[in-house]
Amino acid sequence: MAVRQISVFLENKIGRLAEITQILGNKEINIRALAIADTTEFGILRMIVDRPQKAYEALEERGFTVSQTEVVVVEVEDKPGGLAQVMAILGKEGINVEYLYAFVAPRGRGALVVLKIEEKKATVDLLQEKKVKILSAEEISRL
Amino acid sequence: MIWNKEYECMDRKSLEDLQLKRLKEVAHRVFERLLFYKRKFEESHLHPDDIKSLEDLRKFPFTRKSDLREGYPFGLFTAPLEKIVEFHISSGTTGKPVVNGYTRKDIQIWAEVMARALSCAGTTSRDVVHNAYGYGLFTGGLGTHYGAQLIGAKTIPISGGQTKRQITIMQDFKSTVLTCTPSYALHIAEVAEEMGINPRDLPLRVGILGAETWSESMRQEIESRLGIEALDIYGLTEIIGPGVAQECEVKEGMHLFEDHFLPEIIDPKTGKVLKEGEEGELVLTTLTREGTSLVRYRTGDITHINYQPCECGRTLARIGKIKGRADDMLIIRGVNLFPSQIENILIQIDEAEPHYQLILERRKGLDELTVELETSPHIFFDEVRRLEEIEAKIKREIEDALGLRIGVKLVEPRTIQRSMGKAKRIIDKRKLK
Repeated sequence: MAVRQISVFLENKIGRLAEITQILGNKEINIRALAIADTTEFGILRMIVDRPQKAYEALEERGFTVSQTEVVVVEVEDKPGGLAQVMAILGKEGINVEYLYAFVAPRGRGALVVLKIEEKKATVDLLQEKKVKILSAEEISRL
Repeated sequence: MIWNKEYECMDRKSLEDLQLKRLKEVAHRVFERLLFYKRKFEESHLHPDDIKSLEDLRKFPFTRKSDLREGYPFGLFTAPLEKIVEFHISSGTTGKPVVNGYTRKDIQIWAEVMARALSCAGTTSRDVVHNAYGYGLFTGGLGTHYGAQLIGAKTIPISGGQTKRQITIMQDFKSTVLTCTPSYALHIAEVAEEMGINPRDLPLRVGILGAETWSESMRQEIESRLGIEALDIYGLTEIIGPGVAQECEVKEGMHLFEDHFLPEIIDPKTGKVLKEGEEGELVLTTLTREGTSLVRYRTGDITHINYQPCECGRTLARIGKIKGRADDMLIIRGVNLFPSQIENILIQIDEAEPHYQLILERRKGLDELTVELETSPHIFFDEVRRLEEIEAKIKREIEDALGLRIGVKLVEPRTIQRSMGKAKRIIDKRKLK
């Protein structure tokens, strides 16, 4: 139930994001969600796209350092305390979240949260057991 | 002040006679004592007896730094080991370091040439020599110390670091002669200003500055900020340490102590000896050293030579300010460094051919080296923490291996310029011109 996330190394330079989004746009790749982790000197752009393999190849070809990482995307109720419920489950089991970011899904769905977790399999099992909705790669590309 | 008029003001003919006599001795010594030189001479079908004039030296093969490394630790001594009383070991060279072994007589020679150097800058027994060259395996500290002691100057063996304390000691002990690297001299000026002290008010009168390449504009900056005369000194561990050549108050080149070290300037590509005034690589033959005698040692330093007698009264030839290196060696805060050393460390981390660049800058008078490394699939992780760990790891490994604190910066692929398929490895932003 893991989803592939595309990560790109970025120096903090003007115009780099424009370039990346342009490359993906030209290949008709749709970005579902994105987040940037930054330090004073560099950043990591993380994206969930509809066609990860194609995005990976397009960026690599253009000379970017790209990697694919498996992340877990969960759906939480779009209301106060929605995310807290999921975090509580993870916290109780001592599961460490490396990072997370959220995006709002189309009408009719809750909020979607991307989680980077070391023990993916165990976490997915645990969340499913607790009736948390986990999205598959197919579902993401259909969004 | 001329320490040894007899030798420093000798007429050219007598000097050349003396050099020839000593050259014959040293050629015999290395030939008889070292298999390395015996083989080298024989490969060129030469024997020490083939030296009939100073020009005959040109037929002889060069000695290179790599030869010295192979001899590590005791392999290239030209005196029996029991005669050696001191070792100096060069820092940060590719692979093995280079050793110089000194006999008691060698230490006396060192004191003599350093006494000449200090006197050349006007030092007398009334002076207080503030010796901020590092004491230890580096030759700067002890070499200067021996010379100052021979003169009878009051020596403060302060070594490097703790700059505020250095400034206080300068004030309290009335230091008049500063011996350190030019970049450290500027650092002293800066720290003094931070302390609210006008550096020009310090009792310093003259600086004997060396162990790194510096420019005429840096001289002017040091002179105006510290209110001193800033004079250049030249030397290298392989030959003796500091005290090979010293600038006098005329400031038109450094007098090379030719009765102890025989200079040649060669074309680094062809090895041919160049004419007076032409720029090339300095090659030195030790004429009097016992422990480590070297014939035609290629220093890697680019300069020119001038045999005209100087206004100061000395007849010794003068070499110009060192312009740079024949190889790609860098000198950073007194540490010798080849880019290949950094590369070897990066290869172990990247597991592939690293694309890197070394950026050299001078900030606040101190040389700063930053390694820019292009990310690759081997060294890219999706977590900031792990990327920062890579930077820290490279920093640590280079510091451990070379004793040099550096900066590390990860950059995007293909940001480092490549020309003709070869990457430009060094960007030197230090203003040396």
